[in-house]
Amino acid sequence: MKRKLALVAVLASSVMGLAHANDVEAGIAQYREMLQDGNPAELFEMAGEELWTTPRGPKNATMEKCDLGKGPGVVAAAFVELPRYFADTGRVQDLESRIVTCMVSLQGFDEAKILKTGYAKGEQANVRDMATYVAGASRELKINVPQDHQKEREMYEVGKRLFFMRSGPHDFACATCHAEDNKRIRLQGLPNLTGNPGDGIGFAAWPAYRVGNGQMWPMQKRLNDCYRQQRFPEPKFASDATIALGVYMGVNAKDAKSIAPAIKR
Amino acid sequence: MGKPMRIRAKAANGETTVRALMAHIMEGGQRKDSSGNRIPAHHITDVTASHNGKTVLTAQWGSAVSQNPFLAFTFKGGAAGEKLAISWKDNKGDSRTDEVTIS
Repeated sequence: MKRKLALVAVLASSVMGLAHANDVEAGIAQYREMLQDGNPAELFEMAGEELWTTPRGPKNATMEKCDLGKGPGVVAAAFVELPRYFADTGRVQDLESRIVTCMVSLQGFDEAKILKTGYAKGEQANVRDMATYVAGASRELKINVPQDHQKEREMYEVGKRLFFMRSGPHDFACATCHAEDNKRIRLQGLPNLTGNPGDGIGFAAWPAYRVGNGQMWPMQKRLNDCYRQQRFPEPKFASDATIALGVYMGVNAKDAKSIAPAIKR
Repeated sequence: MGKPMRIRAKAANGETTVRALMAHIMEGGQRKDSSGNRIPAHHITDVTASHNGKTVLTAQWGSAVSQNPFLAFTFKGGAAGEKLAISWKDNKGDSRTDEVTIS
């Protein structure tokens, strides 16, 4: 009885932010709440933390001097301010591209090789684990993607255009599925990403562990799969296009609480 | 030595609730790869939980337990500050033990 009450209370104040009292959505949210308890994402988080502090690569150095936007070595609260502009590379970067930058500059890894490596293989698996760790260090904080720099504002505009651009063999755009409220595909709710979909939804829910295939998906993998679902050509890892989409969604989701690393269907 | 587990143990009202997340591929042994060859079984076979050195739970697992198993259980006794250890052994001889302090 106590457990049932707890579940009801949890549903009522769910961080999933159920704006519409949809029975199907409520059931899925309840299932997710129960899964939260043993979220395997935490295992990837632990692995990522270990990777962060272990000397690796040709230079045998740790990642502890990596600047994720809040100064060298500052991991806490860095995730919710990404993507952002970095003066040392002169470009707007998201979490994963920044991790690769640090792996190259601090540890001496080969950038081209990492960018070409497939998801969860070789060093990409380590990028994934470290991205999960860094995201976890911003748990429950508010998304706050900056727009102070000219390039950050440009990337927002680029992201917006890419979001609405219909292309590919099915004439799809991100907006085809994600530009209206209260839509769903089968039993999967589709957040409206042209605005703020709420705490822990959309941009604020990734990286996340996909129960269905047992995989830990950071944002780059999620965007890659969005493009795969639309039957677009495969985007390059950490390309400007994917980062621009991140800026667009991130800025739109301002002040939404991040629940990363989360758990998904 | 297997990969680290994430264990939480909380004592309340004379009982301790333990929640453990184990990192393990848990390959059942019936799947086939793209060439049609059977992927050999690789999964946890035994789990033991002990409180202050005394066994409070034992489990024998087979191929039905899924990847990255999550185990939650409650035992009578235990108080904040005491030790709770969980160990597992798999069919390839690998093992892992992690210990936490009950909160």
